[in-house]
Amino acid sequence: MNPNYSQNADTTSTTGVTAILSRIMRVKARKTQLLSALGFLTPNFIGFLIFTAGPVLFSLVIAFSNWNLQRTVTFQWVGFDNFVHLFHDQQFWVYMVNTGYFLIGIPVSIAGSLALAILLNQNLKGMTIYRTLFYLPSFTAGVALMILWKNLYNPEFGPINAVIEEVSRVLQLGIHGPQWLISTRNLLGIDVEQVRLVIQQWGLGARDAIIIMGIWTAIGGSNMLLYIAALTNLPEELVEAAQLDGAGKWQVFKNVTWPQLAPTTFFIVVMSFIGGLQGGFEQARVMTNGGPAGTTTTISYYIYTKAFEQFQIGYASAVSWVLFAIIFAITLVNWKLGNKEVSY
Amino acid sequence: MGATAKKRTNRRKKASLIISHLVLIIIALTMLTPFIWMVLASFKSLEEVEQLRPLPSIWHPENYAQVFQQVAFARYYFNSVFVAIWVTVLTCFTSSMAAFAFSRLKWKHRDTIFKLYLGTMMIPGVVTMIPNYTLMVKLHMLDSFTGLILPAAFTAFGVFLLRQFMMSIPPALDEAATIDGASFWQIFVEIILPLSRAGIVTLAIFTFLGTYGSFYWPLILVKSQHLRTLPIGMLYFDSAYGRQTNLIMAASVMNIVPLIAIFVAGQKFLVKGIQLGAVKG
Repeated sequence: MNPNYSQNADTTSTTGVTAILSRIMRVKARKTQLLSALGFLTPNFIGFLIFTAGPVLFSLVIAFSNWNLQRTVTFQWVGFDNFVHLFHDQQFWVYMVNTGYFLIGIPVSIAGSLALAILLNQNLKGMTIYRTLFYLPSFTAGVALMILWKNLYNPEFGPINAVIEEVSRVLQLGIHGPQWLISTRNLLGIDVEQVRLVIQQWGLGARDAIIIMGIWTAIGGSNMLLYIAALTNLPEELVEAAQLDGAGKWQVFKNVTWPQLAPTTFFIVVMSFIGGLQGGFEQARVMTNGGPAGTTTTISYYIYTKAFEQFQIGYASAVSWVLFAIIFAITLVNWKLGNKEVSY
Repeated sequence: MGATAKKRTNRRKKASLIISHLVLIIIALTMLTPFIWMVLASFKSLEEVEQLRPLPSIWHPENYAQVFQQVAFARYYFNSVFVAIWVTVLTCFTSSMAAFAFSRLKWKHRDTIFKLYLGTMMIPGVVTMIPNYTLMVKLHMLDSFTGLILPAAFTAFGVFLLRQFMMSIPPALDEAATIDGASFWQIFVEIILPLSRAGIVTLAIFTFLGTYGSFYWPLILVKSQHLRTLPIGMLYFDSAYGRQTNLIMAASVMNIVPLIAIFVAGQKFLVKGIQLGAVKG
């Protein structure tokens, strides 16, 4: 790999002056490489220090202060007060539950991406067209599509409920569409502003609407492309050998495909959790303002309201570090579990 | 294998093919329907938007013109594209140089430092967002193009992606050039950059898209109307005129048309780039 090292083996056999000379030259070459490397790194590194590394440290420091940009209180170091306050804050726990609830979409979306990839990996005609259409939502994702979905979900005028009402009328089912983005109901029956389950809250509401939209957006996105790539790299002999042994489609999938895909699945799961735990901000800001009754407020939206609507910079920094710690811990757990799974 | 058995497996294959196509078509329609509704709604009168009838009875292309009259939509377009181009150029420039140092030059602790660099990608955006905001306040860059562009132009992701590309270039190439007395800068500009063109195009597309759709940073940074980018413009358009669904949908269509154009033009690079980005470095 490293040409300097391979040279090293040759020169040790020669003795005396040549060895010393080549050694000096090598050290010199190393030094010029280091200096050049510094030169090449500088533009990116300066920006990195100013806008990433510096801010990370700075945010950790001010998490221990009561800094408020509106200067309504005098600046003070408050020790662990922000963190203590956070753990006694009922709202924080409610928003943690919301953030966790949104993770329900992840396994559904990953399984869907895998299913689509398998469907597309059969050398079918029109594969590129299908792939493009599936990829379209994740490619155009953003504020425009969220505003679109907000209108689709409109309980009175939106097309989703119009279709539900029409179907119900024709088949005489007598059901009404859910209230979607203005409803606090959810599939687990989590209570409003409390961390507990109640039957009255069971149903489809704002959180589920956002999850459905998320699955629609992500299912044909980069995860599907990653699975397609992994499937094309799958050694064909393995599948053929299994088929010769009389394995059915499901058995081939379970015993050959799935274990071979483990590294890809692992990567996707880790990235989805990292993204999911810090997600929900755009949806909340564009579609619901965190409501109804705070049910779509995730930790990241909570940080936004604290930092940029109430300007409690110190407290918001503390919350963002707690979020970072949670993401870090869950990634570690994923890593531990994943490596066991991948290695078999 | 007997002839009848062969026929049977052939028939079974055909049946499974048809089922596959059916399933794929249904899914494709699910993906498309919201877009179709959006386009049709953008041509409808306001009363018709709320009706189930899919096609407008009278087409209203003037909805699009009206968007430009109600808000400074052309301005938003310009701002988004202007900021995105600057961020893209700066990112490609700084990332390709850093990637060169991390892939083609040999120095002590290179890979350790690279891993540390990569590790910062795990830090949630909000952690750096708050200090960066206060930094912008101190530097008087709040509500300015510089403030929109600079903090977005130095990513670890770009370095990572281009390093992946540059690692795959055979080392013999720059060794030969070194023997011929070429400087590292010459090697970078004349050998490595042209050979990593695909990677740079991929990074350029990703960066452009990311900046074009970027929401959080412009939302907190921009105060005056004339600096609003498309996503911010859309947000305020929606909250001010949200009842005019047909106009909002026209604006949404105009928002995503450039994205579709870029996608069609750059599809080849994108698919590769996503797959490469996931390969462990």
